[in-house]
Amino acid sequence: MKQFKGRVVVPGTVTAEALVSREGFNTLASFQKSLMFGDKDATCSDQNNPDIYGKAMHGKALCLPQTIGSTTGGMVIYCAAALSKEPACLLFSKPIDSLAAAGVILADVWTDASMPTVDSLGDEFLKAVETGMTVTIAEDGLVYIE
Amino acid sequence: MPMQLTAEQQHILDGGKGEAFARIMKTLVMYGETFGAERMVPVTGKMGHLVTSFGLSVMKPLYGLMNELIEAGALSRQPFSVDPRPLDKNVPANPLQNLFFKVMYSKQRDYDAQLRKLGIAKDNAYSCTCYMDEVGNIPQKGDVLSWAESSAVVYANSVLGARCNRNSGILELFGSILGWAPCFGLLTDEGRKATWVVQLKTTKQPEAQVLGSAIGMRVMEDVPYIKGLDAWIGTELTQDARDYLKDMGAASASNGAVGLYHVENLTPEARELGDALITQDARVYVIDDEELMRVKAGYPCIWKSETAAPKLCFVGCPHLSLRQLHTWTERLLKALQNVGRQKVAIPTVFTAAPGVLEAFEKTDDFAKLKNAGVVTSYICPLMYMNNPLCGKMPVITNSNKLRTYTSARYYESDEILQRICGEVRQV
Repeated sequence: MKQFKGRVVVPGTVTAEALVSREGFNTLASFQKSLMFGDKDATCSDQNNPDIYGKAMHGKALCLPQTIGSTTGGMVIYCAAALSKEPACLLFSKPIDSLAAAGVILADVWTDASMPTVDSLGDEFLKAVETGMTVTIAEDGLVYIE
Repeated sequence: MPMQLTAEQQHILDGGKGEAFARIMKTLVMYGETFGAERMVPVTGKMGHLVTSFGLSVMKPLYGLMNELIEAGALSRQPFSVDPRPLDKNVPANPLQNLFFKVMYSKQRDYDAQLRKLGIAKDNAYSCTCYMDEVGNIPQKGDVLSWAESSAVVYANSVLGARCNRNSGILELFGSILGWAPCFGLLTDEGRKATWVVQLKTTKQPEAQVLGSAIGMRVMEDVPYIKGLDAWIGTELTQDARDYLKDMGAASASNGAVGLYHVENLTPEARELGDALITQDARVYVIDDEELMRVKAGYPCIWKSETAAPKLCFVGCPHLSLRQLHTWTERLLKALQNVGRQKVAIPTVFTAAPGVLEAFEKTDDFAKLKNAGVVTSYICPLMYMNNPLCGKMPVITNSNKLRTYTSARYYESDEILQRICGEVRQV
């Protein structure tokens, strides 16, 4: 088991299976199809992201450097949360970007969804975590992978 | 560190103006504190710009939230423009695709009504290029904005010298409702400094959309200072240069997350401050012909058959300027003449803001373009391609943004011209 320490953006604890995007996560491109067509698994539709393209995002510990792309990004995360298609948590190796921050904060303030979010976990975190591993967020931004 | 709020801001946060206003303020405070903002600053731009223009039936949470705001009287304090509409009957679509559009965007009328209540500037204020003269949402240098739409934000910051973070949809409206934005990132002098130097060493003027893509993919959300581009597009912000920067910026914002770039000797802050804008530890990215070829070669094609004949072509994502409409018309007519054709070989749509189209329609070029078989439209090509029955079609485009978000296949403008003129039949 490896331990990493980040900064809590949205508090909460959770254990979930990791889904790792090593490149920037394009929120609109990733969620677009699942939001439009009622896909409960929130299957990633971003053709440019081979790490997670075609994989279910709902309920997963989404591990990523940052998000990229359209400024609908935050609204998309909010809608995913309001429609119960959100990842279990978001874990950023870098400081969170403004679009992702908007999304997780909107989800926190305006929905009942729980989507703990930790950022600044460092490049080592993204090197160590693999899709399919078990990730646990504890209090105070501590993240465990095994 | 908690933000220092004024008495008025604290009053709103404490619920003094009701639950909806309190939640709006809480959202902006949490957002600001995440990025170390110590205070809010007034939104000084005269107009806002919203990214969400589509009444997608499945985005129910968004419309519910809008209703909550309207019922609470939480309306925008400034008029705003909004991204392009998703539907236009002039754009080719078969009966099945049209049926799907009706179902898919069944909330469009309701959402348009919500936008009117919230404060949209005028009924045709729908374009991603709100900063065109014909649209009229043109911020001044130094204005603080609460905008979203990645291509508009990067243009306002870089070309106009306004100050705006890459806000998300909804957040931008919250800033326009309260009239404040948390002060961090691109609103600050420090946040506008370049942490990358992009050194251009190409042997010809790079295609704007590929250059932007390369920069975006490399620097992600950082601020690049681009050297060597002025050799190709000049040192004055002519309409030609502004169009180039519009397309380059849109690609950098969609292929990466660039919210601001500086171009040496050209963009307002680079002209004023020069190399002083570059941080000491800035990284260097050299772009030459090979690098651009490498980037372009990496674009995946997700058509069922890579050799399929294109059924539609979109030019204008982001929307074309009036000058671009004229230039495209001129080039197209010449190319058609060269191959002995009267009309385009592939159904083709040129998109621009309603106000730009209105101006274009008054010129001779409009009839010429129409006679050549090209449709002009105010539509958002991305919203069109979101229809799965359209997404399955082989569509080509010169937009790197459209390529990124849809199945549309990217070609440089010259290649697009060859294809729509029938010079190249196979892809």
